[in-house]
Amino acid sequence: MKRTLFVILAMLLPPTSLNAQQTSPAQLEFFEANIRPALVKYCYKCHSVEAGDSRAGLLLDTRRGLLEGGDSGPAIVPGRPDESLLWEAINWDGYEMPPSQKMPRDVIDKFKQWIEMGAPDPRVQKALVHKTKITAEDIEEGKNHWAFQPPKSQASTNIDKLVTAKLREVGLTPSDSADPFTLLRRINFDLIGLPPTPDEIQTFHALFKNDPDAAVKAKVDELLSRPQYGERWGRHWLDVARYAESSGSRNIRYPHAWRYRNYVIDSFNDDTPYDRFVAEQIAGDLLPVKTDEQWQENLIATGFLAIGMKHHDERNPRKFMADMVDEQIDTMTQAVLGLTVSCARCHDHKYDPIPTDDYYALAGIFYSTKTFYGTIRVAQNHRPSELLILPIPDDVPVTERRSQQTIDNLKSRIAQLDREMMGMRGRDRRQISNVRNRIAGELASLNPDGTPKTFGMGVQDPDRMTNAKVLIGGEVDHPAQEVRRGFLQILGDLNFTVESSTSSGRLELVESITSKENPLTARVMANRIWMHLLGKPLVTTPSNFGFSGMKPENQELLDYLAVRFMEENWSVKNMLREIVMSDTYRRSSAYDKANYRIDPDNKFLWRANPRQVDAEAMRDAMLTLAGRLDPVRPSASPVASSRMRPGALNSLSNHTYRSIYLPIVRDGLPAALELFDFPDPNITSAGRSESIVPTQALYMMNSDFVTTQAQAMAVKLEQEYRTTGEQIRYAFAWAYGRPATQTELDASAQFFRTFKSDRPSAPAPNNTTQSQRRPDRRYLNQGAFGDRRPGRGGPGRARPRTKTVDRAPAVNQTLAVFCQTLMASARFRILN
Amino acid sequence: MTKINRRQAIQTISTSFSSLAFAAMATSESLATNNENPLAPKQTHFPARAKRVIVLFMNGAPSHVDTFDYKPQLLRADGQSSGRTRRIMAPVSDFQQRGKSGLWISNLFPNVSRHADDLCLIRSMHSDQPNHPTAQRAAHTGSAQFVRPSLGAWSVYGLGTENTDLPGFVVMGQGNRANRAHFGSAFLPARYQATTVNAGTGTAGGRPARRTNRGERSKESIPNIRNSTLDSRGQRTQLNLLKRLNEATLKQEVHQPQVEGIMQSYELAFRMQSSMPQLIDLSQETQQTREMYGIGTSATNDFGTQCLLARRMVESGVRFVEIGAGGWDHHTNLKERLPQSCEAVDKPIAGLLADLKRRHLLKDTLVIWAGEFGRTPHGTGGGRGHNNRGYTTWMAGGGVKAGFSYGATDDLGYEAVENRMHYHDWHATILHLLGLNHKELTYRHAGRDFRLTDVAGKVANEILA
Repeated sequence: MKRTLFVILAMLLPPTSLNAQQTSPAQLEFFEANIRPALVKYCYKCHSVEAGDSRAGLLLDTRRGLLEGGDSGPAIVPGRPDESLLWEAINWDGYEMPPSQKMPRDVIDKFKQWIEMGAPDPRVQKALVHKTKITAEDIEEGKNHWAFQPPKSQASTNIDKLVTAKLREVGLTPSDSADPFTLLRRINFDLIGLPPTPDEIQTFHALFKNDPDAAVKAKVDELLSRPQYGERWGRHWLDVARYAESSGSRNIRYPHAWRYRNYVIDSFNDDTPYDRFVAEQIAGDLLPVKTDEQWQENLIATGFLAIGMKHHDERNPRKFMADMVDEQIDTMTQAVLGLTVSCARCHDHKYDPIPTDDYYALAGIFYSTKTFYGTIRVAQNHRPSELLILPIPDDVPVTERRSQQTIDNLKSRIAQLDREMMGMRGRDRRQISNVRNRIAGELASLNPDGTPKTFGMGVQDPDRMTNAKVLIGGEVDHPAQEVRRGFLQILGDLNFTVESSTSSGRLELVESITSKENPLTARVMANRIWMHLLGKPLVTTPSNFGFSGMKPENQELLDYLAVRFMEENWSVKNMLREIVMSDTYRRSSAYDKANYRIDPDNKFLWRANPRQVDAEAMRDAMLTLAGRLDPVRPSASPVASSRMRPGALNSLSNHTYRSIYLPIVRDGLPAALELFDFPDPNITSAGRSESIVPTQALYMMNSDFVTTQAQAMAVKLEQEYRTTGEQIRYAFAWAYGRPATQTELDASAQFFRTFKSDRPSAPAPNNTTQSQRRPDRRYLNQGAFGDRRPGRGGPGRARPRTKTVDRAPAVNQTLAVFCQTLMASARFRILN
Repeated sequence: MTKINRRQAIQTISTSFSSLAFAAMATSESLATNNENPLAPKQTHFPARAKRVIVLFMNGAPSHVDTFDYKPQLLRADGQSSGRTRRIMAPVSDFQQRGKSGLWISNLFPNVSRHADDLCLIRSMHSDQPNHPTAQRAAHTGSAQFVRPSLGAWSVYGLGTENTDLPGFVVMGQGNRANRAHFGSAFLPARYQATTVNAGTGTAGGRPARRTNRGERSKESIPNIRNSTLDSRGQRTQLNLLKRLNEATLKQEVHQPQVEGIMQSYELAFRMQSSMPQLIDLSQETQQTREMYGIGTSATNDFGTQCLLARRMVESGVRFVEIGAGGWDHHTNLKERLPQSCEAVDKPIAGLLADLKRRHLLKDTLVIWAGEFGRTPHGTGGGRGHNNRGYTTWMAGGGVKAGFSYGATDDLGYEAVENRMHYHDWHATILHLLGLNHKELTYRHAGRDFRLTDVAGKVANEILA
């Protein structure tokens, strides 16, 4: 990919301090005779392009490398040995270079002489200039692309008018409205990710009979006001934000990432306007605030930029930085703008009018942003970072308070290790140093009183702003011309250039991104919302609205949604209300042969799309059916509070809190989520796939988790309903959100007649929210479920109840297996 | 012509959302009725030389100059400066010419050496990735930077599977740097991703594969393969109920590919419950066979177990099996540690090759031995550093020239200089052997056609038998 499109002009620039200078033949001779051989002999091994190594970011094979230096700053200051790090290092003063043995005295003296004479150095690296092939005309022309045109919409229209117009055009007849059972199940899963209870079904059904619109409206308002709403819709955003609690690759844990997760959930529940939500995540640290609470929230929001996957084993700091910035740009532009700007890192964007210069203009903003991701320097991590200390300490500390004695012990252990390390080298030293740094890291995370400091991940502006240099082919060893910080030319008036030397440009960036003039931001989010409600996005490449993305089938509709979104002050809840209240959303998913022949993909929305319930909702629904879902948000995350290895944390799938609170460790996802198409959190996810594989079936049939939930459900049903017939009908109500059909009841009856297993039944699982209430007679004779009678000879017969009150109930295995079968069935997994 | 249409149909239905694929698939009546299983065997682009693949992956990067890349110059230059201020280190073992082909192989692989006349050495591999994680990712997926489908996933996507009772792509006992992204399906539908079997993953063969039975405590090698609460009669009754419920749903929906997909998945899962445990039960093999693989001897037990399982799987119709050994990152004490690593795999590999041969499977089974890169000809602290500019992999069986050596590194083994083979070329060649054109095996995702070899890849025609 990084081969073709760019042109490199290699040429000698006019002399500058970093390049050629006047060097006399005598000086040249001195360098060639004394300095070059010494550099080759002692330094190139770890600090040269040829060796492919630039330890500590330092290259000593060019004059530029010496003058620019590495991590610790310039290696030499010409004329001033005493200010030159190289001089200190070769004298083993601070640094000890070369590490195995000092250079001979006379060689060291030659270096002093050489630096004093101004460090004459003929090793001029050819200055590189990257020239873009994308012209101003290309960019002008690019602005005609549909997604770069501002969305426009008529005042008098609405979703249904726009959809129906298309349907008529193509000759499709929209399907009828969904029945109230199907509709309620759909709304429930869509808005809060949980199935409705039989009580709720009953109530809704009754209201719906009289006034469907009022029933739906009341339901939507009720669900949007529940905290479970944020847990559902926050998770959608976390997909986009590639949320995880470890670094991937070497998988160093991020014990403070969970704050960002909670921030996202709370923002959805508060209905924070989306433009504000985006601004907080990119530049929360720079936005004006009135209170500490707001300041705290804004800081945590910038965790968005810090939680990405990182290559902690990268030794070259410039490469690490370039990769981190690239990851930030990639996630941010895809997530918010629907643009794949990162494609322009190595060459001009192949499809969109985004020259490499634009990429590096944006990169400069992130080079001028300090990212706090918080990992300790150990052998697996060459690139540690600090964390942000948050203004408000946690009420309940995430980890235990350490006693003064423990702190003293840790301190003395460090002192002891320091002593041991003296005189050690190589592997042994590294090992001890690992231990020492871990302890030091722990100490640094404690307040003087032994309580943990309240840390967060996020970003801050640094003291010094830097523009980025274009890297030819994206390679850090091939820097070309510097580019002023800025944004994308394709965005026309929204583009900007940062002139100030004190501002990173992030504030300008969020202004430009969240401007109502921005043709992308509202469209991209409206499309994502539509996707989650209707099952398919209007733009089928939700994170790519560029030239290589897909054009929307119904652009008027997308534009209408985008305009409405902005009109309603970027309120996600209002957008959800409007869509859910539409006839289009409320249609039945029923198959229709004539329509199907014309539009099998349902591009024109003649019906609702049948969908799979996603991983979290599946797991949460099973826990709900079992009566075991713990509705309370757990404090922090096991990644923060447990000392388990990140790889072992996925064993916590058996917890009963909502799935969004399971620890999300990169490359170590909980089985319950991973098997059911949870997205890879290494990268931003535009939408989930819907796979159907046998390992899922094995999970549903045989896993401890599903078996446990089924048993708990059986216990609950037995406690609440006296007869097998009632138990069966309520099982269907919980699992399918509707009364069982006669066929289903017949099949169930046959199962109860024939099921036998020789294995003894298991003890009942511990129900956390067991209810002891008696069955509500309403269900038996009237309303949603009472109007059907079980088949003759079927499960209507009352079963003798064998359990006694004070003994833990044995599980009725037949009922448990029956419940598990409902959970495993297609009807449970598919949302109509 | 039919062939091409079929393939085109399969490609056009491939979108980033597999539900769309399901929906679209059903539009073509003929496909819907006969061929709903996307894993059914498919036509190749041209006749396949290999029908199945076993990859033996040496995590940590084995030294080529001590094993399969004979460099006499290295012996002569021992202790000399390499021109890079480092000292050349002679191979830690002698080399000999082997078999009729006279391939030079070191004494560290005495058993594999007996199969020299089956091997096709590729001595000109090179990679652009000098670090393990990225190089391993690149070797498996063709991309170091992005999450992309694994070679195995692409293979099953292109070929389908031969046994409907088993998954098409199985991974076992990866070395200690195993990463699930190496075996994922990325944007390909999830059905193409590897199913992990935990086997042969004691100390010598690296740590157990990570992609395991997460969250569910179970000692079985395949997650949830057994039901701990029901006997088979009970489970059959349960599955009958499940079937009736799903049929009722299907009848109600009239047309619902997802319901059909779910029904099929339970059927395969149910069959896997009996086929998989049987497949991984090595007691069905004779003592002699097990010994041939080095099973029962502590040094070779783990990798031998993996090798034997791999044979059982390809024999049963699994399309692509990858097994692995770890611990090849010999920065120090090469003299002792390299022989240990070689010993752990030498006899098992030889056993595998011999067993495949006697069962007439080697001719259309491609066996691939590889690490992510090689090691430097100079020493560093008693070991060797990373060398991605030149290294060796080999293939055997499956339509490659036997007793053949392809490409070469320079005199010391630093850099591939003749018939250079990048991992893109390697992937292109492997797909070619499977009858697939790497340029045509594409998948439409996020608005463009992706392929394993990105925009590169050249088939090494000279190694084709």
